[in-house]
Amino acid sequence: MTQPVLALNNIRKSFGGVVAIEDFSLTIEPGEIVALVGDNGAGKSTLIKIISGVHAPSSGNIVIEGESISMSSATKAREHGIEVVYQDLALADQQSVYMNLFLGREVTRGPFGQLDRKTMIAETQRLVDELDVRIPSPHATIRDLSGGQRQGIAIARATRWAKKLILLDEPTAALGVAETAKVEKIVAGLKARNIGVLIISHSLDQVFRLSDRICVLRRGKQIGIRKTADTDKNEIVSMITGLSAA
Amino acid sequence: MTAPQSAAPTTPSLLARLSGANLQQYVVYVGFLAIFLFFAVVLRDSGFLTQRNLINIILQTAPVTIMAIGLVFALSAGEIDLSIGSTVAVSALGGAMAMAAFPQAALLAGIGAGLGMGLLVGLVNGALVAYLRLPSFLVTLATMGLFAGVARSLTQLRSIPVTDPVFTGLFGSGNLFGIPSLVIWTIAAVAIGHFIFRQTKYGAHVLATGDNARAAMVTGIKVPRVRLSVFLISGAMAGLAGLLYSGRLQAAKYTLGETDLMTVIAAVIVGGTLLNGGKGSIIGALVGSLMMGMLNNGLILMGLSVSDQMIVRGLIILIAVAVSLRETSR
Repeated sequence: MTQPVLALNNIRKSFGGVVAIEDFSLTIEPGEIVALVGDNGAGKSTLIKIISGVHAPSSGNIVIEGESISMSSATKAREHGIEVVYQDLALADQQSVYMNLFLGREVTRGPFGQLDRKTMIAETQRLVDELDVRIPSPHATIRDLSGGQRQGIAIARATRWAKKLILLDEPTAALGVAETAKVEKIVAGLKARNIGVLIISHSLDQVFRLSDRICVLRRGKQIGIRKTADTDKNEIVSMITGLSAA
Repeated sequence: MTAPQSAAPTTPSLLARLSGANLQQYVVYVGFLAIFLFFAVVLRDSGFLTQRNLINIILQTAPVTIMAIGLVFALSAGEIDLSIGSTVAVSALGGAMAMAAFPQAALLAGIGAGLGMGLLVGLVNGALVAYLRLPSFLVTLATMGLFAGVARSLTQLRSIPVTDPVFTGLFGSGNLFGIPSLVIWTIAAVAIGHFIFRQTKYGAHVLATGDNARAAMVTGIKVPRVRLSVFLISGAMAGLAGLLYSGRLQAAKYTLGETDLMTVIAAVIVGGTLLNGGKGSIIGALVGSLMMGMLNNGLILMGLSVSDQMIVRGLIILIAVAVSLRETSR
């Protein structure tokens, strides 16, 4: 029996007197894609920040592969194998693709700690081939790439370093139709790597195309979790809005 | 396909490559060559091309080159250091005063005090920028004035002689195997600076910080530490420049470095370093510095008045900077 890559148990977060998240629980299995949906202000961003270590929960615990952990920073979260693809992608635009893939975790060699560009370039090439992110070359500068290619690089970077879980925050919000399809293909491909994926998206079509389960938040409350195969858009919409489907 | 026909497409592709995204990287080399050729022709009877004059250009440019290396680090990290000129003066004076105070260990005292003053200015600038998040332009504008004042008050505007022969040999008129020490300092600083900037993790972190500080932060780069460090480097290099000036002139004065700031900034920008971070070149800064030095030298040999020199130099810098920066605005 495999353990869930991530288990959130009774997470609660309040800022001063304002409750942002109340009693949230969720498990994500290896190779599973879970979508987190809800209106603006439902608490999705707060939840992402808790999982990525930016905020500590007020109460409740986070368990990664059976080990209860406390995360005080994004660095801690990365050490636990959690990678985040931020909405702004967090790429250094004037640097090459391969330097971005290894940003902050550059491979070095030799007594003076020289950058091992050869290794980084080779691994970048292998990774973009594997994920089918089509870029001119690992040497290409980020700012010369299209929106879809950049998103692909951000996901490739998360894939390179994530051992347990990737958080995707609105991965296709800024993309056109063709590029969205491309990015969705890359995300779907992550299942084979046996890591969990938690995706935030405003597009219900996308959520239904990609996810195994859907978790709905409304005003900080967890409304419910549905298997994507057993539900439909009407049910999810009524869960998001709080109005029963007519 | 016959040979003449196949030759045709290569010409536009080469042109396209040269006028394309990388033009900016070559500006400094093209500019350097153009100015060199111009002076070589115009001043062929005025001794511009003599070995003595060419070496002189390198010697006179050494402090500017050293400062330019420090500024490449600062600019690449998205910061600027306007206080380098004042740092030169306080470092040179600090070194000279320490040598006078400890004549039995003059060399060590001079180097320690000179570099120490540079690092101190860097620490003040860096701490204010990195940890209080004050904009470096304003911080270093303030410390530029502050340390210019310190330099003046240290000796009540008097100059201090620097007489220790080992010191003046090491930082000034000496040579090793016939190579002038200032040339050795230049080569060593460029080589080490280039290696650190291009080949190490630290250099990559400097570029990432200047390119996108948030991305650097979320990928685990210690951004405040990087910001502090570039000011320490910039300060130390200005301190070294101060030692080189006082070694060559055998005296320290508050006016040292006073007019270098604009030259250094121009050399670095022309050399392909971006004013707003994320991209830089140590080699470019070296060639940029030499270009500035050559310009000074050539304009003097041409017999231009000081005011005309300033106007011509300003115009050439303006053209060079305009061409360098044109490509980045897209």
